[in-house]
Amino acid sequence: MSDTQKYAPGSHPDLPPPPGTIGVIGWLRANLFSDITNTVMTLLSLYFLYWFLNASMSWFLLDAVVNANSRAECREMADGACWAVITKRIGQFIYGFYPVDERWRPNLAFVGLFIAVLPLLYPKTPFRRHMLWFSAAYPVIAYYLLCGGIFGLTEVGTNTFGGFMLTMIVGVTGIAASLPLGIALSLGRQSRLLSVRVISIAFIEFMRGVPLITLLFVASTMLNYFLPPGTTFNLLLRVLIMVTFFAAAYIAEVIRGGIQAIPKGQYEAAQALGLNYWQTTRLITLPQALKISIPGIVNTFIGLYKDTTLVVVIGLLDPLGIGRAALADAKWNGLSTETYMFVALFFFVSCFAMSRYSLWLEKRLSTEHK
Amino acid sequence: MDTLTRIWRHEESRAVVIQILVIAAVFGSFGWLVSNLVTNFAALNKNFGFDFLLQPAGYDINQYLIEYTNRSSHLRAAIVGLLNTFLVAIFGIVLATIMGVILGIIRLSNNWLARNLTYWYIEFTRNVPILLHILLWHGIIINTLPHPKRALAFGDVSFLTNRGFYVPKPIAEAGIEVVYLAIVAAITFAVFFSRRARKVQAETGKQLPVFWTNLGVLLTVPVAVYLLAGSPLSFDIPALKGFNFKGGMHLLPEFVALTFALAIYTAAFIAENVRAGILAIHKGQREAAEALGLRPGKVMRLVILPQARRVIIPPLTSQYLNLTKNSSLAIAIGYMDLVATLGGITLNQTGREIETMMLVMGMYLLISLAISAGMNWYNNAVKLVDR
Repeated sequence: MSDTQKYAPGSHPDLPPPPGTIGVIGWLRANLFSDITNTVMTLLSLYFLYWFLNASMSWFLLDAVVNANSRAECREMADGACWAVITKRIGQFIYGFYPVDERWRPNLAFVGLFIAVLPLLYPKTPFRRHMLWFSAAYPVIAYYLLCGGIFGLTEVGTNTFGGFMLTMIVGVTGIAASLPLGIALSLGRQSRLLSVRVISIAFIEFMRGVPLITLLFVASTMLNYFLPPGTTFNLLLRVLIMVTFFAAAYIAEVIRGGIQAIPKGQYEAAQALGLNYWQTTRLITLPQALKISIPGIVNTFIGLYKDTTLVVVIGLLDPLGIGRAALADAKWNGLSTETYMFVALFFFVSCFAMSRYSLWLEKRLSTEHK
Repeated sequence: MDTLTRIWRHEESRAVVIQILVIAAVFGSFGWLVSNLVTNFAALNKNFGFDFLLQPAGYDINQYLIEYTNRSSHLRAAIVGLLNTFLVAIFGIVLATIMGVILGIIRLSNNWLARNLTYWYIEFTRNVPILLHILLWHGIIINTLPHPKRALAFGDVSFLTNRGFYVPKPIAEAGIEVVYLAIVAAITFAVFFSRRARKVQAETGKQLPVFWTNLGVLLTVPVAVYLLAGSPLSFDIPALKGFNFKGGMHLLPEFVALTFALAIYTAAFIAENVRAGILAIHKGQREAAEALGLRPGKVMRLVILPQARRVIIPPLTSQYLNLTKNSSLAIAIGYMDLVATLGGITLNQTGREIETMMLVMGMYLLISLAISAGMNWYNNAVKLVDR
């Protein structure tokens, strides 16, 4: 008599799944070795990973030299990366030529930046309402903290700004200033008023049509021709204005996409409720349009942040400028890979963090049923 | 006061008032800028004009697609620069598209390891500024590749050195026209055969072996004609003479670094566009196609890709546009593109900042507007008709 007859039909207890389909082995089978192509790809990937880790680990870490006084000294010690070019100038890479004694000021401003953006980025921040006042005041505080001139702080010229500090200044100011301008431009582009519309379109298309580098050239070399004779105008400020205009044009297009994605019924409903243009914009259009365009806006911000490197072409000393200056030094000649890898890592970390934040925000704001 | 309030309260007259104010403000500021310009030019004894374009340029350009010497005019130098921009853009776009599509498809593969490796590769590549990519690759070529004397050789015909890449240069000989004709004929045949096959399938339901027939014809016919015509193509192979290579085709390190960096950077963005485009197709489409009994290849080719194309092409075009604009960073490594010639050396030599920058910006604007116009036309052609 066989086992099967011991159970009435339908009352057999569930058997465990076959051993090859669960746990680690099941996962491996399903994801890495499901068929021949898959297995080949796994093996190729493994080989590539091995080759890459092997080569990069020895170059980056195991054979690398951190402390030396010149490239020749590095080469005597080991064959790997010569990080000494970074470690010897780390101060410049971070602060540029900001006076050494005053470096606590950028540090403080940096900490302040986090306190200022926290309530904006993360709605569950404790004491959010009070902290938003600090956020609003932060631009002024940061300006006086960095440039000095009041409360006995020594004045520091913007020509000493450099390194990652400069990247942060241009990036953060550009981001903060381009969003409102971009919103205004996108509304202008959708305006019923012909002249407003034409001007917005012309501005947006012009800014999007030319490379940023040409705008920076204009800012650095020929802006003086367009200003009354004798006007002097801080170079950093000119760059900030150009970067802001450039990013605002892109943001305007992203938001326009969001505005156009709103169903017509929303406007009709707003009109039926008797809302006027500004009420409709503030209560109906923008909240929905901005939500849809968040990924695009953050992408534009990341683009702007990366584009801050272009200021090196007009002679500002961002990390790339500092790096190139170090490479021009006969002692460090030829260590371009180390220098650029270091800067690349900095940008990767900050831009990747921004894109992750955008993903998180998208998920939080999503009201769609999945 | 009362009339003013009434005008402001009335919607249409308010619109007119606002428009007049806006126009006045814009023209006013333009007029202010131009009047400042005129004052400044008068003070510096400068005049405005484009006559400098016809004067001899007096500088050398290390890569030219049309005849150029340092006695040629600034205008010709600008055109050489523009062609160099196009050259980098075209090579970059082709490379970026190929790499991007491959990466995008691997990103969707069911292999966990390949998928994640590609993910991290893409994230790293696109989160690093393009200028850094360009400088990094240029540095690698200049600093880590060997001198010509110890060049990395590929089969003794191609060489990688720190002064650029040397590859064989094809030289057409008499009789090559027949081979060109054969290639054209093979392509024509392939096009006609595909149409014929589609018609046959529509009428009888029979499927002709289109892919293999066309592949065979495209491969064998030109090769056969080439051999029959007595191999009318020779190669100028680079050879080490003294300290450097002579002969062959010399790809400058700047050109290689710029093309490569632009392609790698843009490919990461294209990969994400391709992935998003394929994912945007509702999974019901795939299921329906499978339920109809289509094989996986056909599901992709006949159902998924035609729909994904509509989603992928617009961002793809803007990536192409970005690549073209990013090629202006050539100036950082000294590749002689439009910005480096007209907006760089010509500007410095003639002191005509306004005129040269106007031309450079106008040129880029023209390229952008042309691409956007093409884009809008395409969008209208393929968009879903909404009822």
